[in-house]
Amino acid sequence: MTDASDGLTMVDAINRALHEAMAEDDTTAVMGQDVGVNGGVFRVTEGLIDDYGVARVIDTPLAESGIVGLAIGMAMNGARPIAEMQFSGFSYYALAQIENHAARIRWRTRGAHTVPLVIRMPYGAGVRALEHHSESREVFYGHMPGLKTVIPATPARAHALLHAAIRDPDPVIFMEPKAVYRQMREPIADDAEPAQIGTSRVVRRGKDLTLVSYGAMLHRALEAAETLAAEDIDIEVIDIETIAPLDAETIAKSVGQTGRLLIVNEAPPSYGAAGEIAMRVIEQEFYALRVPIRRVCGWDVHVPFFAREQTYLPSVDRIRGAARAMMAD
Amino acid sequence: MTAYLSWPDPKFEPHEALAPDGTLLEDDEIDIGTLEQIYKTMLCARRFDERLLKLQRQGALGTFAPIKGQEAAQIGAAACLREDDWLVPSFRETGAALWRGADMADLLVTLAGWNAGNDLPEGARTLPDTVPVASQLPIAAGIAHAGRLRGEDAIVMACFGDGATSEGDFHEALNFAGVLEAPVVFLCQNNGWAISTPRARQTASQTLAQKAHAYGIPAAQVDGNDALAVMQVTQEAVALARDKGQPAMIEALTYRMEVHTTADDPTRYRDEGEVEEWQDRDPIERVRKLLVARSQLDDAMQEALEEEIRDRIDAAWKEAKDRISRLEETPGTAMFDHIFAEPTAPLRRQRKEFSDQEEAAND
Ligand SMILES: Cc1ncc(C[n+]2csc(CCOP(=O)(O)OP(=O)(O)O)c2C)c(N)n1
Ligand SMILES: [Mg+2]
Repeated sequence: MTDASDGLTMVDAINRALHEAMAEDDTTAVMGQDVGVNGGVFRVTEGLIDDYGVARVIDTPLAESGIVGLAIGMAMNGARPIAEMQFSGFSYYALAQIENHAARIRWRTRGAHTVPLVIRMPYGAGVRALEHHSESREVFYGHMPGLKTVIPATPARAHALLHAAIRDPDPVIFMEPKAVYRQMREPIADDAEPAQIGTSRVVRRGKDLTLVSYGAMLHRALEAAETLAAEDIDIEVIDIETIAPLDAETIAKSVGQTGRLLIVNEAPPSYGAAGEIAMRVIEQEFYALRVPIRRVCGWDVHVPFFAREQTYLPSVDRIRGAARAMMAD
Repeated sequence: MTAYLSWPDPKFEPHEALAPDGTLLEDDEIDIGTLEQIYKTMLCARRFDERLLKLQRQGALGTFAPIKGQEAAQIGAAACLREDDWLVPSFRETGAALWRGADMADLLVTLAGWNAGNDLPEGARTLPDTVPVASQLPIAAGIAHAGRLRGEDAIVMACFGDGATSEGDFHEALNFAGVLEAPVVFLCQNNGWAISTPRARQTASQTLAQKAHAYGIPAAQVDGNDALAVMQVTQEAVALARDKGQPAMIEALTYRMEVHTTADDPTRYRDEGEVEEWQDRDPIERVRKLLVARSQLDDAMQEALEEEIRDRIDAAWKEAKDRISRLEETPGTAMFDHIFAEPTAPLRRQRKEFSDQEEAAND
């Protein structure tokens, strides 16, 4: 365990939230591939099996649909399952269970049964991984009615949001930006409160332009904002944190003041979160917009093998370029 | 009648032909020439694997899955294929790929993170790695069925691990191949582990081979560290597929001597003693002993062979490095290639936007 004085990495922060949740409620259970004895391939579930045993920390057979189906059933029968997909790129085997059941059981049974389930999955590029280990497909989940989708950007937010997800009465997809897993540390207070799902968070105040992002790209957005301060461009940065249900009010309010909206994420642009965010702002603050909305995203291509994954990802330069162009428009 | 594949009665005993000391267990007529070829490829695959591990540890390559210990299972099986047969691998078949003529420099370029390493000749019948476990298996059935539609007698060998047998796609693939009579040889390399999950925790069934019976498919277990036994069983499965158009499944019992991938630390979940026990069952050593007794192989030849392999690997790495430095000079627009036959309008626009920005950044 990390010394709390220099703070926790995101891996440690999620691990701590899992330990706390398991200690708080003995119907909580964790299941997935290699989550027990091995402590998870990223060590996120480290130590759980020692403290809570094999009935609550389940090293499952290699089957994502089975893992999610099992977790749905457990959730319907009074447990609080937290399922892990080893990588988001392998969660597609479970899409049918998620769409057909996790997201619908409350609706189908008119509230008689519910699915208080969390499905955690590392996602995103930037760690020199193999094919299928780098994608950002949050909109697959954001698109499904009956499902909440959350993406923390920092260790403390991961800790607070995971607690919120576990307490949530409905299924929550919890996507962890693995590029941030060990990239930064944050202190987390012993009495840290759970976050609120469904609220965006202003992380930097500014008056010229609203820069919206989430996950690993939030940090590039922040870097762009900090460095543009030297050029007298004063940027407000918002971390949306919840992909669905999206809190557009916070963003629209900011755009109402800045008149400029730039959205940054690493998913392919077409039919992505950036389009949704833009539309929601247009609906609410169209007349406040001084220049056209812009987005800096990945591209409509498969993430290249790792030697070229950085060419795919939005760079700080691209973000700065877009912001400058918007100020010059 | 089949000698090794069991059907319809389930009878699963791992077939063995070659004892760990290199002696033949039965008075089989053996093809020494082919065994020599297999031996050379196994040795080459082992040395290549060792080099990959070294290069990966130095930071020159990305994550990869070593094959150490599984050379006989995959090369012995691939050796039963014709050139026009298909090999549909998972991600741990470097040895089989080398048997099929894969270029080591290509493999190195891919492992160094460049898509260009997968530039296959058109219609290549040794497919690149499949990472999503078991997803290649229904596709193998489709390839096999299409081959039959087109009047070919080529067959398909599909590779996967013990862990893969838990995925729905495994069961769907066997079921489809059974119903469609698709000529697929399903080669399961049961190496005892799926990352940290031991075989016994993967499925409560006694064998993996018996799962094939549920789909009407003949199956056999074989000592996967015995190249000769693997060949014998695979030849039978290939003949069944080619001549009768029927699928078969082989469960090769072997062992993952190395890390799962270079991102893995097996000391967290398995006893090193287990690895040591399997040392004595080394698949390469076994064939070497046989060849020393039955062929020209002696110390001098062995040394020459080692040297030849070392030179080939050195040359491949040199070539790969040259190619990588040339690739580093190529524009990033390569990521827009091969998405569609014809780039769509949005892709053309994005490609231009990207290259304008790249040029501006280089100015
Ligand atoms: C669908 C899917 N889920 C999870 C993974 C992550 N993963 C990669 S290899 C592996 C274990 C595979 O075990 P096995 O099938 O026995 O093959 P082996 O690695 O032993 O060769 C896992 C869980 C994956 N690649 N694909
Ligand atoms: Mg295995």
